[in-house]
Amino acid sequence: MTILVIAEHDNAALNAATLNVVAAAKQIGGDIEVLVAGEACGAVADAAAKIDGVSKVVVADNAAYKYQIAEPMGDLVAELGAGYSHILAAASTTGKDFMPRTAALLDVNMISDIVAVESADTFVRPIYAGNAIATVQSSDGVKVITVRGTGFDPVAAEGGSAAVEATAIVKESAISAFVSEELAASDRPDLAAAEIVISGGRGMGNGENFDILYKVADKLGAAVGASRAAVDAGFVPNDMQVGQTGKIVAPSLYIAVGISGAIQHLAGMKESKVIVAINKDEEAPIFQVADYGLVADLFDAVPELEKLV
Amino acid sequence: MKVLVAVKRVIDYNVKVRVKPDNSDVDLNNVKMAMNPFCEIAVEEAVRLKEKGVATEIVVVSIGPKVAQEQIRTSLALGADRGILIETEEKLESLTVAKLLKAVVEKEQPQLVVLGKQSIDSDNNQTGQMLGALTGLPQGTFASEVVVDGDKVNVTREVDAGLRTVGLSLPAIVTTDLRLNEPRYASLPNIMKAKRKPLETVSPADLGVEIKSTQTVVKVTPPAERSAGIKVADVAELVEKLKNEAKVL
Repeated sequence: MTILVIAEHDNAALNAATLNVVAAAKQIGGDIEVLVAGEACGAVADAAAKIDGVSKVVVADNAAYKYQIAEPMGDLVAELGAGYSHILAAASTTGKDFMPRTAALLDVNMISDIVAVESADTFVRPIYAGNAIATVQSSDGVKVITVRGTGFDPVAAEGGSAAVEATAIVKESAISAFVSEELAASDRPDLAAAEIVISGGRGMGNGENFDILYKVADKLGAAVGASRAAVDAGFVPNDMQVGQTGKIVAPSLYIAVGISGAIQHLAGMKESKVIVAINKDEEAPIFQVADYGLVADLFDAVPELEKLV
Repeated sequence: MKVLVAVKRVIDYNVKVRVKPDNSDVDLNNVKMAMNPFCEIAVEEAVRLKEKGVATEIVVVSIGPKVAQEQIRTSLALGADRGILIETEEKLESLTVAKLLKAVVEKEQPQLVVLGKQSIDSDNNQTGQMLGALTGLPQGTFASEVVVDGDKVNVTREVDAGLRTVGLSLPAIVTTDLRLNEPRYASLPNIMKAKRKPLETVSPADLGVEIKSTQTVVKVTPPAERSAGIKVADVAELVEKLKNEAKVL
C-alpha cells in the first residue's frame, strides 16, 4: 500500500496543513509519497523531503502548475495517482477544487473532509454542518480523500530524508487560466494554524471597529477571524470567515466577540480547546459552547482585555 | 446562451438535525425539506444572467424522488424556463450524480452550467468538479462573481488566501459560494405561472447511466456534546481564569 499526499504550498514554502495530511496518511499505514506540483517549487520539495515519515517526493515543476489550477492538477494527479492505494490532500480551497476532478477521472467516488481514520478503507467525516458524524467505508480501488487538518495532529516537519525525483508528466489546460488574485496581506498568523484566534461578529458594528480586535491579537500573537454575518455585512473580507463554509479552526484558545453563535459558525470552531465568548446578549447561543462567558459590552471589554493580557 | 442549473432537495437549513436512535442515518421523517441554499444562489445567478440579456434560456435539473418536483417548480417560479427531473428513489453518490448531469449536458448543450458548491446534507463539495472532469469542461468553483464576456467567462473565486479570478472558455461550469448574490423570493403570480412551465421526467436508465455505489455508511452518530462552562463577572476574572485555570495565556 502506497499513499500519495499532495503538498499544499505557494511555490515558495510548504503550507503546514500538509503535515496534518501526512499524519492522516500515517494512520492509514503504508509508504507515504508526496507530490509537489508547482513552478520553481524546489524549496517546497526540499521541505517535503524532510517531513517525518515521507519516503519519496515527486516534483512536477512546470508553468502549467504555477497556480495549481484545477484542470491541469486534476489531470496530473489522476495520471500519477492511478497506481496508489490512496490519494490525500488538505481540505483547502485548492484540494477541494481539483480532487473531485481527479476522482471522476479515475472513475471513483471521493471522501471529503475526513476527521479520523478507522482503517485503510473506513473514515469518519462530519455531515450536516457537523450536526452528525458519519463513518464511511469505501470499496473504490483508489481512495481519493481530503483531510480536515483539525482532526489530525501534525507530524514533525523535520527528521525525514526522502529521495526527490521529478516527473515528466505535463498537463496543460487550454480551457482555463489564472487571471488575477487579491490576497489578504497580514503579518498575523494564519487562521488555520494559529494557537489563539479572536473573532468578531455582527456585534462589531463595522469594519473599523475590528481594530480593537487587531490590537488584542497583536499582543497575543493571535489570528483574527470573523463570523459569516460580519463577512456578509462587508466588515471584513471572506478569507477571515470561520465556519462551516469558511475556515475550520481548532486553536488552544478561541475568543468569540459579538458573535451570537449560529450553527454554521459553531461548526467551524467548536473543536477549539478553550472557548471564550464576549457578548452583551446573555441568551446568545455562543454561551452554550463557551468555557468562559462574559456578558458585557464588547466595546468596554475588549480594550480592557488588551490592557490586561 | 443556454444555462443549465442543477438543484438539490435537502433538509431545510432551519431544521435541527437529529440522528436516528439506531445510528443508521439522520432522521428525515416528517422533516421540512427545501432547496439547498447554494442551489438557490445558482438559480438566482442564472436568472440575473437572463435579465442582463446574457442568458436566453434557463433549464433546471434535479435528481431525486418525485417530490423533488417541488424544488424544480420553485426554480421555475424564480425565473427558470423549463425543468427536468431525473427520478430515482435511490440515494446517489456524487460520481453517479455527475454522470447523470453529464448525460443532461450532452443532450442540452448548455454554454454555462451553474451548481451550488455543496449541499448542506452530505457536505461533499464534489459534484460540479466531477462534472467538469467527465465533460472535459473548465470550472470556476466557490464563485463570488461571474462575468460572461463573449465566448469566455471570468469567475472570481473565494479561496483560503483571499480572492482569485480564473478565465474559462465556454462552455464552462460554475459552483456558487455564499456571496455571489442574494436570492429573491418567488412572487405569487410567478408561482402560479410556474405551474404551467414544462417539466419533463426521465429515469437514470433513459439517460443510459447505471447507478453504482462504492460507499457504505457504517454508522451516523451525533457529534460530541460541548457543555457550557461558567460565566465570569468581568475581564479581570476572565484573564485570571485563562492564565491560571485553563493555562492558555
